[in-house]
Amino acid sequence: MATEIAFPDSAAKAAGAEQEFAPEKMSLSMGPSHPSTHGVLRLQMELDGEVLTKCDPIVGYLHRGDEKIAENMTYNQFVPYTDRLDYLAPLANNMAYAIAVEKLAGLEVPARCQAIRVLTAEMARISAHLMGLGAFGLDVGAWTVLVHSLNQREHLYKLFEELTGARFTTSYTRIGGVSRDVPEGWLGRVIAFCDQFEPALEETLALLTRNKIFQDRTVGVGIITKADALAYGLTGPNLRGSGVALDLRKDRPYSGYEQYEFDVPVGTKGDCYDRYLCRGEEMRQSVRIIRQIVAKFPSGDWYAKDARKIFAPPKDKILTSMEELINNFMIVTEGPQIPAGEVYFEAENPKGALGFYIVSKGGGVPWRMKIRSPSFCNLSILPKVCVGTMMSDVVTLLGSLDFVMGECDR
Amino acid sequence: MFDFYFEIPLVIRLILQGLAVIMVIFPIAGACSMAERKVAAWIQDRPGPNRATVPWVAWIPFLGKFLQRLGVFHVMADGGKMMFKEDSLPGHVNKFYFVLAPIVAMVPALTTVVAVPFGAYFDAAGKLIPLGLAPLDIGMLAVFAVSSLGVYSAILAGWASNSKYPFLGSVRASAQLISYELSMTLAVLPVFLWVNAPGTEGTMGFARVVEFQSQPGFLGGMWFGFLMPISAFIFLVALFAETNRQPFDTVESESDLVGSFHTEYGAFKWGLFFVAEYSHMIVGSGVFMLLFGGGWNPLPWVSLATAVDFLGTFLPFAHAPLFVGILSIAIFMGKVLAMIFFFMWVRWTLPRFRYDQVMKIGWQKLLPLSIANLLFYAIAIALIQK
Repeated sequence: MATEIAFPDSAAKAAGAEQEFAPEKMSLSMGPSHPSTHGVLRLQMELDGEVLTKCDPIVGYLHRGDEKIAENMTYNQFVPYTDRLDYLAPLANNMAYAIAVEKLAGLEVPARCQAIRVLTAEMARISAHLMGLGAFGLDVGAWTVLVHSLNQREHLYKLFEELTGARFTTSYTRIGGVSRDVPEGWLGRVIAFCDQFEPALEETLALLTRNKIFQDRTVGVGIITKADALAYGLTGPNLRGSGVALDLRKDRPYSGYEQYEFDVPVGTKGDCYDRYLCRGEEMRQSVRIIRQIVAKFPSGDWYAKDARKIFAPPKDKILTSMEELINNFMIVTEGPQIPAGEVYFEAENPKGALGFYIVSKGGGVPWRMKIRSPSFCNLSILPKVCVGTMMSDVVTLLGSLDFVMGECDR
Repeated sequence: MFDFYFEIPLVIRLILQGLAVIMVIFPIAGACSMAERKVAAWIQDRPGPNRATVPWVAWIPFLGKFLQRLGVFHVMADGGKMMFKEDSLPGHVNKFYFVLAPIVAMVPALTTVVAVPFGAYFDAAGKLIPLGLAPLDIGMLAVFAVSSLGVYSAILAGWASNSKYPFLGSVRASAQLISYELSMTLAVLPVFLWVNAPGTEGTMGFARVVEFQSQPGFLGGMWFGFLMPISAFIFLVALFAETNRQPFDTVESESDLVGSFHTEYGAFKWGLFFVAEYSHMIVGSGVFMLLFGGGWNPLPWVSLATAVDFLGTFLPFAHAPLFVGILSIAIFMGKVLAMIFFFMWVRWTLPRFRYDQVMKIGWQKLLPLSIANLLFYAIAIALIQK
């Protein structure tokens, strides 16, 4: 005999017994102000208990319209904006942008300038990876790793300050050169930094690499397969962690990278642990490159001397010679004169391949600029890898992807 | 000298004693927060809090500067801020339970102190009299029973906050605290099996446990930490989990749950959670030291009585009850503080487990281990005592 179950609540009765007891999913918004979304990323998540069933990254909270801004200013004026793309490695952004414009202008910078740029870019890579490592440590609960890596970054910032005048937003490159030559004795201090950095790095990594808890948290978590990594356009350590040995410094060398010997670390599984290992190894390789550069630091000019309408002449010439004064005036007011054409250049930045696509119709202002930001592409894989992981894993995953929202939202 | 004290009615005397203990625990909890920051700074190679000063005190030569560098005034500033800042009540919470939760956190944390003896002295007959608020026979049971009430604060806070991060935090907290209580309880049972021989008057009190660790002879003077290392280990791990400390602080992992169950709290209500956590740590460390670390005995195989006799050879007042009492409290507090330092050391060195890993360790590793441990010692003790 079928007994009727009475629902005291009419709404529940209307919904039906089955639906009433069906497990409900919880939607949870992580960010834009959340301790581990590294800036202003927002994740709209759907949780079944603690397991994610859906994850939508919502980007754009830091959108400043950099690409449009670029159309309204001269090439040199845009350099400070590149600082603010990946603000953890401004020197690398500066270099990528300068090389893109120089390629458009068909300009070759002297060997010393190239060496300075590669040197600063590698230092920026160490600085960015240190921050990535520290933030990753913090995300899995290892505070001390963060503080140790910040400590090392402080040494780097002191060197940056001495070289460029700014600790954070360096704006170091100019189209056709850099803003100033390396100061006296600076290279020695770079080597001194490397000497103390290498053991310090090993000490910091030792806190994590063979730590059982850290391995439990990262090995096998957030696996990105080789195919996925390629399909989603991942670059940088995130791609190499998945086992694809793509490094633009090796594959399409620019700014004299072909002269230096370094290895490209590649992961096997593509999990968070592999990405962490890749970053650690890349820092070691960067130190190796820095040592090679300093060992045979080229002499000569640090700017393209013959680029008359692109790189401003030295200050003493401006103050004494009429022609140089006019040249300087024209470059400052109208910008470096870049011929019409278009160019796409990608550089291997700490976060991945940072690309600049520039269309010029002649004159000192780009007609259109498109920035391919690695963080944006790297984040695109989040909906795919997050599903099925636990909420705490999302944090680990975000830390291991090591993105910068300034660059993602640009 | 202190006879007038014993003429005061018992109720008033106990209230005074209780107040005295709370007055000690509270500042220690505050000092622990300072120590936490200083230990962190020490481990992380940085100076730590060293800026805040108070006029006059800071002008004392050497000492003022030393206190400033130590960061003592930061604690005062933090405490003052917590007291005097606006105690806001968010609009979306269940007000009654929201206010109740921090109280429920604080009360069990302080109540457990009642059952914990923290020192001892010898009366005229040379008999050891433990110092404590109440010489409870059910000692350990009382601590377990009362401290497990603390889980209600997490549940209430998370539920009353009416917000998702606190909710997740409280779900984790309740699951974790309940799971680890099991293995914790099973881990201490061998100790009480050992001290309660069949036929004797049974007790779950701590004084008897310490007494057993201060007997003469190799086995008698051995602390239970050496005698039952697995019990001690399980208790220690469970203690980390029960006090929500790294690496088991999934409940308060700020990297995914922001502030966990106290996300919506601020000002003094948050301060109560904070002090409750440290009080739990202090009481937990105390219990660990009583059970496995010899209590107020200074060293393994060196009991308090031996130490006092040794001191008596050159200190005329060494046998005075007051001196012995202070000495034993100092030894015990020293051990507890060393233990708290260990807590901090671990926190600033290790990453944290994931929530499911914590549960797995609790149920699949610690619980079977503690059952096996209990069985082993039960059989061993039965064979020895036969």
